[in-house]
Amino acid sequence: MSTHDSPDPSKAVLWDTHYHGHDVISTRSFGYFLYLLSDGMLFATLFAAYGVLSYSHSYFNGPTPADFVHPWYTFTQTVALFLSVLAYGMGMSAVKKGNKAGLMNGLIAAFVLGVIFLGLDIHDMMDLAAHGVTVQTSGGASAFIVLTQVHAAHIFFGLIWILVMIAQVAGKGFTTDTVGRLLSLRMFWHLQAIIWVFVFVFVYLWGYMS
Amino acid sequence: MLVQVPGGWNPLLGRLAIDQIPYTNPILAPLFVAVVIGGIILLGLITYYQKWGYLWKEWLTTVDHKKLGVMYIILGLVMLFRGFIDGLMIRTQQVWANGPDSSGVFGAVHGYLTPFHFGQVYSAHGLIMILLAATPLLVGFMNIIVPIQIGARDMAYPYLNALGLWITAAAVVLIMISLFVGDFAHNGWFGYAPIFELQYSPGVGVDYWIWTLELTALGTTLGGINLIATIVKMRAPGMTWFRLPIFTWASLSANIIALTSFPALQVALFLVACDRYFGSHFFTAGFGGNLMLYTNLFWLWGHPEVYFVILPAFGMMSEIFPTFSEKPLFGYITMVAASFAIAGVSWLVWLHHFFTMGAGPEVNSAFSVATMLVGIPTGVKVFNWAFTMYRGRITYTAAMLWAIGALFLLLVGGLTGMMLAIPAINYMVHNSVFVIAHFHSMLLVIVYAIFGSVLFWFPKVFGFKLDEFWAKTMFWLFTAGTVLVFVPMYMLGFMGETRRLDYVFNTAWHPYLVVEEIGIAVYCLSVAAFFVLLYVSIRDRVKNRVGQDAWGTSRSLEWLTHSPVPFYNFAVTPHVNARDELAWRRHNGINEAQPTQYVDIHMPNNTGVAVYIGALTFVLGFALTWRIWWLCLLSLAAIIVLMIVRSWRGDPGYIITAAELEKMEREAMQRQQQVEESLPHHGGHAVPGGAMAYEGQKLSPLGTPPSAGDQH
Repeated sequence: MSTHDSPDPSKAVLWDTHYHGHDVISTRSFGYFLYLLSDGMLFATLFAAYGVLSYSHSYFNGPTPADFVHPWYTFTQTVALFLSVLAYGMGMSAVKKGNKAGLMNGLIAAFVLGVIFLGLDIHDMMDLAAHGVTVQTSGGASAFIVLTQVHAAHIFFGLIWILVMIAQVAGKGFTTDTVGRLLSLRMFWHLQAIIWVFVFVFVYLWGYMS
Repeated sequence: MLVQVPGGWNPLLGRLAIDQIPYTNPILAPLFVAVVIGGIILLGLITYYQKWGYLWKEWLTTVDHKKLGVMYIILGLVMLFRGFIDGLMIRTQQVWANGPDSSGVFGAVHGYLTPFHFGQVYSAHGLIMILLAATPLLVGFMNIIVPIQIGARDMAYPYLNALGLWITAAAVVLIMISLFVGDFAHNGWFGYAPIFELQYSPGVGVDYWIWTLELTALGTTLGGINLIATIVKMRAPGMTWFRLPIFTWASLSANIIALTSFPALQVALFLVACDRYFGSHFFTAGFGGNLMLYTNLFWLWGHPEVYFVILPAFGMMSEIFPTFSEKPLFGYITMVAASFAIAGVSWLVWLHHFFTMGAGPEVNSAFSVATMLVGIPTGVKVFNWAFTMYRGRITYTAAMLWAIGALFLLLVGGLTGMMLAIPAINYMVHNSVFVIAHFHSMLLVIVYAIFGSVLFWFPKVFGFKLDEFWAKTMFWLFTAGTVLVFVPMYMLGFMGETRRLDYVFNTAWHPYLVVEEIGIAVYCLSVAAFFVLLYVSIRDRVKNRVGQDAWGTSRSLEWLTHSPVPFYNFAVTPHVNARDELAWRRHNGINEAQPTQYVDIHMPNNTGVAVYIGALTFVLGFALTWRIWWLCLLSLAAIIVLMIVRSWRGDPGYIITAAELEKMEREAMQRQQQVEESLPHHGGHAVPGGAMAYEGQKLSPLGTPPSAGDQH
């Protein structure tokens, strides 16, 4: 079998002295992409749990999302997050031109908008708690809060990462390491926005209508 | 927000108090003393021989995939031993606590373990064997072998590799500490809703269980990412997809399963943690919680995990059979397809773990059919191995015996699995020891493949072979133990013995329980044989040194470099010309060809950061278990800071210059020549005749026809 596709051994190349192997950035991006796949699975599992716990009996005697979800409020969060992703993307387009200031502006804008998103989320949670909706209220409320807050935790760590990148790019400029990390962070930030689409549709809109 | 825990809590130590240390327990207290004394002796010896520097520089801070793999395997073997001791305790309790007249000691009414302690032993046995023994052992082999097999210099991310190991080690330390501080979970290794809820399990056992599993899942996910990226990105030139060795293919399919399934476990356990720490109601019996949601989420990971551990074992068997049959693997393409078919189907079968849930005939039938489907690719594999051996020139080395043993066990486990896949039968034997005997047959396939691989790849990693006599002695003792323990267990399952019994009520089962206990004694002998094997082999290591190709009939790329493998793997990246590259080179008489020109190579630096982060994840897990909040925040912050510091510094690596490389290679070649001259058989052949049966071409184009003892 294996000999059929093999070259003539007397002419075969046995060693590749000048083989340069892999490209560092593409290998890292690929690995980070794999990590994001597992992150996606994490959210898929949370959505499955939310799906199972969104029947009316899952809310026990407590309020259902129809009572405590405010899609218009959440829409402002959506806008903030999407603008943050847009700002990040514009910052990254400056990297192609080697424009450090452009990237910095993009990162700072993305950071500020991310903070707004997170602030709105925390405010929303505190508002819910004030109205008696906490993880202890019912199975359905637990699923609602844990799903949205796991997303918020991702945003929180993403914000730390953006800060770190601002410092690193300021200190080191565009190196293989920093550019590789900026690309990974871009994938991360985009994925969180994509997950948010699902959260908004299936948790807030669907919850409002149910 | 946080739930009030029963018993004491203080801000400094959380739930930790002196009465949490079971110093009155007549089994644990002496063990604790023994462990402390043993630990002091070990640390003393390291200090006395001044090995701390060596240990730190060469092992703990290493990013070399081979050393990390060796440490994974040592970790796995230690935990295999611990899990075996748990098994021994379970069997001993059952043979003793049989019938109403059975006596008890140590405060137990029957036997020597109280029901609560027995439950902990049971949970720990399962968790350890699957996640902290089998998984590290397999990950260790993948770590060592896959990069060399594909002609890479290291894994794609050497530092991440070290991180994966040390996080796994943190999980090991956490579960071991649960022996002496607090309790372990008593809810089975997979947990039961709502038994693990705070209300029903107020101690810290379940918390230990949660965080041990979470750390393991994290470590394995990181390892999975690394292996997939390595296989996709780091292959040597000419190593096309369909020249990839089967073990590498199996590792790839297994790690795709790991990457996609472990998040489900992480979420399931995270939700249990939410229930216990924040009082949420995911799996509670009231307030809208759903008990079966946990079981579904857990087995959504749990069943793919079963294939995550069996697929690398299949890959190992696929390397051992061809080498000792002197034939290429039969049906390479179908073998690859079968691996991926199993990986795919692994996602569609989880519900067969609870056919008795009451899902109705349609759902049960669908999952029954899906489960049976696994039999098709597995059957393909079994036939391929059989056809590989058919008309091969088989040598019954100890490694081959283990592989053949695995084949027989796969037959037993597979056929009983088919029985269990039928819901009607499953209703009858559900939760009986028949099920236990079935999955132990399957998991022993993995153990057999692992021991076969230890023997098979040991000379590659350490440069000398293990002693064949003691390896075979161990094999036969182990096999006798397997038969004696699990045949009676299949029978008891049909007689109605359920699993997890700390007290066995039916005296008619006593003879079978005695046979099982004898089997355990024979297993003990095989463990002793294993230690003798290590001792004898290390004593005679000079006599047992091997050359590049330790078996004389090896086929894949890892046998092309020196034994032991130098830290840079290949001085010059090999160009791959055939599927079984080494067999092809040997057949054409060019397997001794060495590169003539060297160039500088770039290597990563060692780093202590991975060890620190591993240690901090242990602290985090411990603090979470005992609810020491300040320590949680501190360790989490420290982890983040370390990550940022490391990312700031980066790793420029270092260069091995061509001149240094040439010198090292020349020395390695000299050593090898000495080895080959001192050997009774030329070239270190275990097999007289060498690789004759290659592809029907009898004449080597480069010179003399291959003949006995003249393969090099």
